[in-house]
Amino acid sequence: MLAALVSRLGQMVLVMFGISVVAFLIFFATPGADPSARIAGRNASQETLAQVRHDFGLDRPLPVQYALMMERLFISRDLTSFVNRGQKVVPTVLEAIPVTLSLVLGAAVLWVLGGLTVGVVAGATRGTWLDRTLMILSLIGVSIPVFWLGEVANLVTQSRWHDTWLFSWVPPLGYIAFTEDPWGWFKALIIPWFTLATLYIGLYGRVLRASMIETMQEDFIRTARAKGIGERRVLLSHGLRTSLVAFVTMFGLDFGALVGGGALLTEVVFGLQGVGKLTYGALQTLDLPMILATVIYASFFVVMANFIVDVAFVFIDPRVRDAH
Amino acid sequence: MPTDAPLLVVENLCVSFRTEGGVVPAVSGVSFSIERREIVGVVGESGSGKSQTLLAILGLISSPNAVVTGSVRFLGQELLGLKRRALDAIRGRQIAMIFQDPMTALTPVHTIGDQIVEQIRAHESVSRSAARKRSVELLDAVGLPSPESAVDRYPHQLSGGMRQRAVIAMALSCNPALLIADEPTTALDVTVQAQILELIGRLRDTFGSAVILVTHDLGVVAEVADRVLVMYAGRVVEEGGKGQLFREPLHPYAWGLFGSIPPMHGPRPARLTAIPGSPPKLSQMPQGCAFGPRCTFRHEACAAQPSLGGAGGHRSACFLPRDSRQDLRRTLTGRIPA
Amino acid sequence: MTEPRPQPLVRTSDLSKRYRVGRSPFPAQRRIVHAVEQVSLDIFPGETLGIVGESGCGKSTLGRCLVRLTEITSGVLEFEGRDITSASQRQLRPLRRQMQMVFQDPAASLNPRRRVGDLLADPFRVHEKLSRSEMMDRVEELLVRVELLPEHAQRFPHEFSGGQRQRIGIARALALKPRLIVADEPVSALDVSIQAQIINLLCDLRDEFSLTYVFIAHDLSVVRQFSSRVAVMYMGSIVETGPVDAVFSAPRHHYTAALRSAVPVPDVDNRPGQRIVLKGDPPSPFDPPSGCRFHTRCGAATSVCRNQRPVLSLVDKAHFVACHHPRAA
Repeated sequence: MLAALVSRLGQMVLVMFGISVVAFLIFFATPGADPSARIAGRNASQETLAQVRHDFGLDRPLPVQYALMMERLFISRDLTSFVNRGQKVVPTVLEAIPVTLSLVLGAAVLWVLGGLTVGVVAGATRGTWLDRTLMILSLIGVSIPVFWLGEVANLVTQSRWHDTWLFSWVPPLGYIAFTEDPWGWFKALIIPWFTLATLYIGLYGRVLRASMIETMQEDFIRTARAKGIGERRVLLSHGLRTSLVAFVTMFGLDFGALVGGGALLTEVVFGLQGVGKLTYGALQTLDLPMILATVIYASFFVVMANFIVDVAFVFIDPRVRDAH
Repeated sequence: MPTDAPLLVVENLCVSFRTEGGVVPAVSGVSFSIERREIVGVVGESGSGKSQTLLAILGLISSPNAVVTGSVRFLGQELLGLKRRALDAIRGRQIAMIFQDPMTALTPVHTIGDQIVEQIRAHESVSRSAARKRSVELLDAVGLPSPESAVDRYPHQLSGGMRQRAVIAMALSCNPALLIADEPTTALDVTVQAQILELIGRLRDTFGSAVILVTHDLGVVAEVADRVLVMYAGRVVEEGGKGQLFREPLHPYAWGLFGSIPPMHGPRPARLTAIPGSPPKLSQMPQGCAFGPRCTFRHEACAAQPSLGGAGGHRSACFLPRDSRQDLRRTLTGRIPA
Repeated sequence: MTEPRPQPLVRTSDLSKRYRVGRSPFPAQRRIVHAVEQVSLDIFPGETLGIVGESGCGKSTLGRCLVRLTEITSGVLEFEGRDITSASQRQLRPLRRQMQMVFQDPAASLNPRRRVGDLLADPFRVHEKLSRSEMMDRVEELLVRVELLPEHAQRFPHEFSGGQRQRIGIARALALKPRLIVADEPVSALDVSIQAQIINLLCDLRDEFSLTYVFIAHDLSVVRQFSSRVAVMYMGSIVETGPVDAVFSAPRHHYTAALRSAVPVPDVDNRPGQRIVLKGDPPSPFDPPSGCRFHTRCGAATSVCRNQRPVLSLVDKAHFVACHHPRAA
């Protein structure tokens, strides 16, 4: 187990290194991305450009530049944005993390509960009208674009019916820190949560249903029925428990990607200053320090999430435990 | 309830499946009964309906396209059409089942002990620790080495033979009056099969259970059964005591089965007297006797469906005159011991 | 039997096959399985050698080694006197005509999307330059020979029953008139009545094409019926080999005796004597016992069995056994 942990950590460092190098190189290979021109502003003279290059160390060899940037990112933590001069990158990312985590965690709770319910109910009632209804609903959920759903939700709760008793509680768009006002935090996020979770409830429900149906054909389900333990126990303790593998794998990957910035659209629509929005902005302005910081942060979460999935497997499936 | 009444009476059991090509019969009018403490072997090839018969008894045919009719009475109680809750009170407690493949018969994510405890606690109000203690005893009784540690093992950590013992221990956990075993040794090696057969033979003495043993292996039947049913194409074609059936089989299909098995003793025949052709597809059942197309002694009468008949508990479904059967059989195989 | 024995068709000496399980970067966690250990065998033209043993004993791996479907780790394999232990696939190609394999599950070895006629024509396409009509003639001939119908060439594998598919597998092996056929559990997936048909067919083909068979099976009665000589394997090694009647009627190795007595006999009058019921399962192949591999389950084991590995030695005419304390004849 310890060996697995150590090798996982090593893997994580390697992945993060690789991603940062690639992001760094792509940046320099991108035409029109010369950071000095961007820093110096429009129509700057050649002298100014040269001065800027020198000041920012952009005239040094690439590996040195990479090393310097990493040093300022991780050790002195004073790397500043190329675009918004003086804005320190690390604190900016650290500020965005709670926003994204709040959004994704809340949505994850919703979609896990929703996905489990839809999957188990549809799997158990296979072929009935209930199953069919649930599958159509989840297909709709999967098909609706998240930004459209978000905008419609805003339209309804922020303008159209905002002044009615139904939605007057909805605060204006934006994030309210949990530490400041827990109830306000909840009210500000509840609509984004549902918006983000809709797609995943549909997706997870469908995947779990398929995997439940497959599992319920297995011999051990017949053994369980022959024991006379009641269909609910057969379904949950034997069917669902064994079907969770695909569910957990997907959850780890999706959760990692969303925390890493994948919830961009939801963040933009609801005006949440999260990591996704930060990355989006940095990419638009080709702000290399910010891009590197957010990309490394994202890769950390994706690798972490994979690691957590692997650990979770050990608890879910004893066969995995012995494979190590 | 008089104690000399049969434990299980199956009457005119039919199982069929609705398919796109129409209704396909898997079991057609099977009737038999099981006495207390009796071991009955059910022999047949794949598609003979033997497994479906067993599953139907316990209401385990889960396909929504299955149609099950007839009557299955256990200690006088009709099982077919019973509500799930009432059925669950019998399943696992009074009738237990062992399946063919021990590799897939146990839920992979629960320990052996948890799965046995689950069954015990479903039927008796005992504490978790008492149920666990009983699980250890059961695992010990079926000959699993070091039962105290085996109880906490997961199925994949045990070998096939060990898993089958665990499945048997689970089946025995509530002292069932009837144990239904579907090819319990087919997936196992011969040396392990010998151990499991010995165990099944001992069950009757230690637990007082009756056993229905389904197998394709006549050797296994000769080993443990008291009485034998031979099934072909969804029907019982011969029924009799083990001695009767092995010494003087009455149905040409049974003759073919015996002739198909290479002997372990004595001279080796140059050729085996195999049965020509293959069993009928369920969707294309021949008219009359289903064995007719493969039978050497087919005659006009065989266009009708023969019914099971005969005296002295030895019955067969065949139109051939009973007196001449052994002579006919000799012409077929030429290697009948006198 | 007075004439001198001919040159063996297949000869192995000290043939071993090891493979590694798991891909851990740490050598200590890699586990090596000795699937076949130092097997020395001569297979003579026209004979049928049965190989019996329980699952995991290495009999299938040995069969695949014999036709070089797998790499050989050490030892020597000769076919018709030529060393083919490490021959390349290219060098093996002409020999493939001579040695063929029949598998347990014919369905898995037949491409479901191709017609049986095309499948059977493949060997002719690869090895012989024949016109299309010649090829179809040969295919029909083959189908008839394995007791199927010429028109079956137009059908797909899934349209056949298990027994018919095995006939197709046999037809394919037979197409190029090989000298050696290694049949790995060819009847164990079939119903008893179909099993007998296939055994009869294999017997007929043996006489007609003067085939040499290696017949791998776990079912002792099938091996007894079909083989002239038998080799019993336990944990990768041959523990006893000899004429079928001698080995099965008077086994000299304790494992053979246990195996033999464990076979259920479909006879109520001639019950075999006291059954030897072995304790436990075969040990883990990753961690084989010292000395004689069978000593952990053997009733006659002594300290020499725990320490010293017995070698095959002659106990009777052509009857070899690897045991320190062989049973009385």
